Amino acid sequence: MDMKRDYFEDVQLFESNVVLFWSVALMLLLFAIPFFAPKYYIFLLNIVMVHVILAVGLNVLVGYTGQISLGHAGFFAIGAYGTALLMLKLQIPFVVAILLAGFIAAFFGFLLGLPALRLEGPYLAVASLGFGLAIMHVIGHWQFFGGRTGIQAPPLDIGIPQLNASFILQTDAQKYYLILVIAILMIIAARNIMKTRVGRSFVAIRDSDIAAEVIGINLTIYKTLAFAISAFYAGIAGGLFGFVLGFFDPFTFNMILSIIFLVMVVVGGLGSIAGPIMGAVLITYLQYSLLKNVAEVPVVGDFLVTVSSRWFSVMGLENINSIVLGLIMIGIVIFEPLGMYGIWIRIKKYWMTWPF
Amino acid sequence: MIGQLIIEGLAIGACYGLFAIAVVIIYKTSEVVNFAQGEMAMLSTFIAFHILNYYHYPFWLAFILTMAFAILLGVLIEFLFLRPAKHPSLLGLIVITLGAEMLLMGLAGWKWGAEQKEFVVPMSYQVTHEPFQGMIINDWAIAVFVTSALVMVLLFLFFKYTKLGIAMRATQQNKHAAKIMGIRVERVFSIAWGFSSLIGTIAAMFFASRSTLDPGFMLEPFLRAFAAAVLGGLMSIPGVFIGGELLGLIENFFGYVWPEWKPIVAFAVIVLVLCFRPSGLFAKHYVKKV
Repeated sequence: MDMKRDYFEDVQLFESNVVLFWSVALMLLLFAIPFFAPKYYIFLLNIVMVHVILAVGLNVLVGYTGQISLGHAGFFAIGAYGTALLMLKLQIPFVVAILLAGFIAAFFGFLLGLPALRLEGPYLAVASLGFGLAIMHVIGHWQFFGGRTGIQAPPLDIGIPQLNASFILQTDAQKYYLILVIAILMIIAARNIMKTRVGRSFVAIRDSDIAAEVIGINLTIYKTLAFAISAFYAGIAGGLFGFVLGFFDPFTFNMILSIIFLVMVVVGGLGSIAGPIMGAVLITYLQYSLLKNVAEVPVVGDFLVTVSSRWFSVMGLENINSIVLGLIMIGIVIFEPLGMYGIWIRIKKYWMTWPF
Repeated sequence: MIGQLIIEGLAIGACYGLFAIAVVIIYKTSEVVNFAQGEMAMLSTFIAFHILNYYHYPFWLAFILTMAFAILLGVLIEFLFLRPAKHPSLLGLIVITLGAEMLLMGLAGWKWGAEQKEFVVPMSYQVTHEPFQGMIINDWAIAVFVTSALVMVLLFLFFKYTKLGIAMRATQQNKHAAKIMGIRVERVFSIAWGFSSLIGTIAAMFFASRSTLDPGFMLEPFLRAFAAAVLGGLMSIPGVFIGGELLGLIENFFGYVWPEWKPIVAFAVIVLVLCFRPSGLFAKHYVKKV
């Protein structure tokens, strides 16, 4: 369908003027949202965009390099705690702190990448799962990190307070613009990485790591690099997430969160940039908005409350969240392994040749 | 004191070993790592809890009913979730079992709520004996040892002498050849899931009676059992059981010295074993063919 005739066509950001037009329209819409959306939705959108950054990064690892990680909540936690603590204890400006936290996360990603050189499939999944749990326990046990009670994020000051250039973001709408700009930059960066030599090496490793090694790709460098890049994204996302929440404890970053991150990528579609974005938006909306208040949904809500009081418990109705998530996970693998991006491709193909 | 630590470690290690056997039975037959194992066992344990506390049946009747439910649950999950997936990738299989995990955890939370419950079994943790000077053993540990020994012997006899056990071994060695020889491979998978769910539930009942019962209580035992399975090599049942015992001992001694870092021992064991001996301590080395 998409025939590329030269290298420039492959690397350019917008394939055609139509794509350019709609991208600009989307940008305008995104920048205009705070003017008319209610306050709660801005908060929700902040979380969505944080998850988008993370999902795009996780997709570099899972979708493009073919490595499985169930420990991204750990990197997410490193980013959140790293940024907040660097700002609180060392008085480092926000921009430097979040970058440093990203690099700390990337370093841990590199460390997790080392055993990944010898592991594959289920072994790697469990090793990374254990990594996530270990991070959660270490943070929870160490008083330096605030222990089990959690810590309060400092005021989000994007200027440099030491030079009297303070610029503190207070409202959700102000944070929204900051996160939006970072998210767009990170998404473009991820897309461009995949068009370089490094990105092509990742894809080669996914398709067959032995063949990749034979044609001269250094597995040690590129596999650990994939982990590091992915962890860097998770670290940046975590740093922003801390400010969105304002207050967080170690149990925010539990194993279920890692699973949810993986689900975003799988539901959205592996090995594409648009897929994880769609997946992150859908799953975050379900998790934080629709299913959280499922009892208030018109018809379904009443029915579920009746079912709950008859056979289950009304108190436990919030668990419908994880039930629906589980069903989505199973359904997407059975019925649509390519995810939402696969559906989009099919629709596009159908309309390209319509009415024939 | 040392003897006490050893007995405690062996008892909890036997639980890990039992649970690791449940993981390995599925992995051996169908090469799926079942992340829902812990939650399958958790749901069955909740069924036992419900039968005991709301219908007040005697424990042994509740136990038998729970075992029947566990087998049914295992077969059902294989039949409903794994069989319809045609040629799933490895990631796809992991996502399916993780999805089943979320589903079961949600169901249990919906029915019984998230608060911790006490799961009482006749083999109490408090009743202790002292057969030798300085060696205290409680009823719970005795029950664990007897049950795990019984399960091991029965599994050995099952895989060695019964037709079904031989069919399961054949399926594990070569799925297609087994199919040609007239073995219904899909049915063998279902039975393996039912079996593994049963053994996992026995282990989970021991875990629950030792600590508390809530929808998330099997998350960490699952990780430890998997560490035990990795230690033993994920392929041989006796090896995995010994792996469980080793992990129990390591964890107990480590926990005695640094109590606050006990939860990450399992993770450290997994990473170390996988780095230095990926095929486990007891399995033959496995080389991937191109």
